[in-house]
Amino acid sequence: MLVQVLRRLAVFVLSLVAASVLVFAFMAVLPGDPAQIALGVSATPESVAATRAAFGTDRPLVVQYAGWVSGLPVGDFGSSYVSRTAIGPQILDRVQVTLWLVLCATALALVLALPLGVLAAARHRSASGAVVSGVSQLGIAVPSFLAGILLVTVFAVRLGVLPSGGWVPPAQNPGEFVRHLVLPVVALGVVQAAVLTRYVRSAVLDVLREDYVRTARAKGLGPLRALARHGFRNAAIPVVTVLALQVATLLIGAVVVERVFVIPGLGSLLLDGTANRDLLLVQGVVMVLVVAVLLVNLLVDLLYTVIDPRLRAG
Amino acid sequence: MSLPSRRRRALAAGALAVVLAGCSAGSGTSEPSSGDPAEAAPSTLAVGLAAEPASLDFTTTDGAAIPEALLYNVYETLVKLDSESGEVVPLLAEDYEVSDDGLTYTFTLHEDVTFSNGDEFTADDVKYSIERVQSEAWTVSLKEAMSIVGSVEVSSPTEVVVNLSEPSNDWLYRMTTRIGAMFSETGVDDLANTPVGTGPYVLDTFTRGDSLTLATRDDYWGEAPDVEEVTLRYFEDATAMNNALLSGGIDVIGTLQSPESLERFADDDRFEVLEGTTNGELVLSMNNARPPFDDVRVRQAVRHALDRQAILDTTYAGYGELIGSMVPPTDPWYEDLTDVAPYDPAQAQALLAEAGVSDLNVAFRIPNLPYAVTASQVVKSQLAEVGINAEIEVLEFPARWLDVVFQQNDYDMSLIAHVEPRDMTIFADPDYYFGYVDPEFQSTLEQAGTADSEQYVELMRQAARQLSEDAAADWLFVLPNLIVAEQDVQGLPVNRVSESFDLTGVTRA
Repeated sequence: MLVQVLRRLAVFVLSLVAASVLVFAFMAVLPGDPAQIALGVSATPESVAATRAAFGTDRPLVVQYAGWVSGLPVGDFGSSYVSRTAIGPQILDRVQVTLWLVLCATALALVLALPLGVLAAARHRSASGAVVSGVSQLGIAVPSFLAGILLVTVFAVRLGVLPSGGWVPPAQNPGEFVRHLVLPVVALGVVQAAVLTRYVRSAVLDVLREDYVRTARAKGLGPLRALARHGFRNAAIPVVTVLALQVATLLIGAVVVERVFVIPGLGSLLLDGTANRDLLLVQGVVMVLVVAVLLVNLLVDLLYTVIDPRLRAG
Repeated sequence: MSLPSRRRRALAAGALAVVLAGCSAGSGTSEPSSGDPAEAAPSTLAVGLAAEPASLDFTTTDGAAIPEALLYNVYETLVKLDSESGEVVPLLAEDYEVSDDGLTYTFTLHEDVTFSNGDEFTADDVKYSIERVQSEAWTVSLKEAMSIVGSVEVSSPTEVVVNLSEPSNDWLYRMTTRIGAMFSETGVDDLANTPVGTGPYVLDTFTRGDSLTLATRDDYWGEAPDVEEVTLRYFEDATAMNNALLSGGIDVIGTLQSPESLERFADDDRFEVLEGTTNGELVLSMNNARPPFDDVRVRQAVRHALDRQAILDTTYAGYGELIGSMVPPTDPWYEDLTDVAPYDPAQAQALLAEAGVSDLNVAFRIPNLPYAVTASQVVKSQLAEVGINAEIEVLEFPARWLDVVFQQNDYDMSLIAHVEPRDMTIFADPDYYFGYVDPEFQSTLEQAGTADSEQYVELMRQAARQLSEDAAADWLFVLPNLIVAEQDVQGLPVNRVSESFDLTGVTRA
């Protein structure tokens, strides 16, 4: 067990290092000179050169990489090329926003998908099962940003019951916070729920066909009782795997949804940074996203052993 | 389109309105857009703008968004540009005098002016601010306009004398821009986050990626503005900004990004659409430095091939104005030059034949900005009519476009709005991406810089005409400034000719 955990951790750290190299290399080959963009169209070549020196982008790439990566473990992401302010605190501000979005959307997805998926599986031959199945198929086909635009058009512009966008921190005004959170979370969460519902359904269906469930049914348990007693743990493994993948998808989805709803999260920071070639900022944000995805995967790996005792051996 | 569908929509809207009325009557929540105007609460205003400031320090960071938010509102200048008349008028200077030789400017300052940190504003601060522009502290290239100042003398706390090293018709105008902003020596420690100026507003909060809030200060020297709290909300996405106005999230769209959505607002009696002018000449550049556009006839052919009114109608729904050279209608030396190269495809073909070119292929590299993408399609199809094949390549703006077109000059034709004020001088810069090098034009501008004010206007006019006749580029039109505002908001800066989104005259009925 301990060896397994340590092995997982080692893989995690190695992945981080590999990711940092990739992220840095990708930014380095991106066309566009940050110094030129920061100074604008009327800059002289001399001032561009001076700014390049101030940014440190005139140094060899290896030196730049070493300087950047050595600060990461202590949360030092360097200073933004554009605003000349420290990147770490900016990312921290934005992470809090995006975290609310992703967590609430995940919670919503779970709350919707688990009962619906089980229902669709247990009643897969009846009309209600087919309806759930069909609706979830539709949900998968609608991208989050489109769902967002539709929600804004209906609930903000037409009905005027919810704001069309923006963000209010929970500490400032909890009521407004919730009002601003509803539409983006629905846009993100419902689409994820649709995807998840289908996985839950097929996982439960698979389990229902297993011999041990048939045996349980033969002993006289109803389909849901049999599932609850013998099937859920087994069905949980593929569902948790998909859920982990979905958290990654959600983080990416949040980038787009944040733009639609004008939410100051990591996603909008990332897009603004890319447009301004604020490369250090972009590198920092991407690294944070990578860490988040890797962490979720690590967590899931560890979760497997909790769910399924058979995986604890070896 | 057809009547039945219209009626159906109207019915649906009516039904929604009934539902909405029922909702708000029952819930009792305050509805921001329909509240009664005579509230005792501080008057507030939320304005939607497109580009967010990258920092709050325009001394080291370029970009129009910073002075747009801060100039005249937080920072003040000795003289300002009146957005109605386009004239230079006094602000912190009560009065100013220019010596006959044009070298000495004497400013008399208002008394009892304070900075928002409590410090008094005096002639010493003027000296400090001007010299600071010339020092290493300022890094943006606009500071060059201050290099003409030879010395600044403080003759009393309210009088300051600025000596120029040579006469200039441009310097006083530049003093109305961000480089003329007055700083306090005790207020420059954290310009990126904490601006300290003499203006009627102070920065309240700046939430990156969202909004910037300005609040009035109690100890402002002049007349306090009517609106006590202004929130500038930033929207990268035009649709999101439109939706925010429609749903009451903002009261004003500061500059409409999507002219195609105008109809939606024009038909809605909650809103008013205001049209003003800007300094943004939409320049169709042609690379003068390399074939085929090193031949003036080919450039003229392009100008004759284009129906600019059609481009304007498609891109800005007919708003905006045709110009014909690098001068917007609000500049003193503007003259209508649209007749220099009128739309005449036959003439275009004749010029191309005379130049001996046929089956012309040109690399048309444009930035991925909405107006450029739309306009370039029309340009392409009009050029095809006279046998020019323009291969459109859309480059990400700013990074890719700056790199390929602006820096490497690797393009035949491009299209971008030049929004800097009084920027005809860029055509005199031989290294600029236009590749236009003409000694006569350069010397005309040089003479203009030091001529007396009457001659100045005459020479500038002459220069603009020469540009047009040489077809150094084509000027499609000057961008309109389109504001959409709730009916009760008055006094908005309709013309965007200064760098500021001037809030000081805004009132709410």
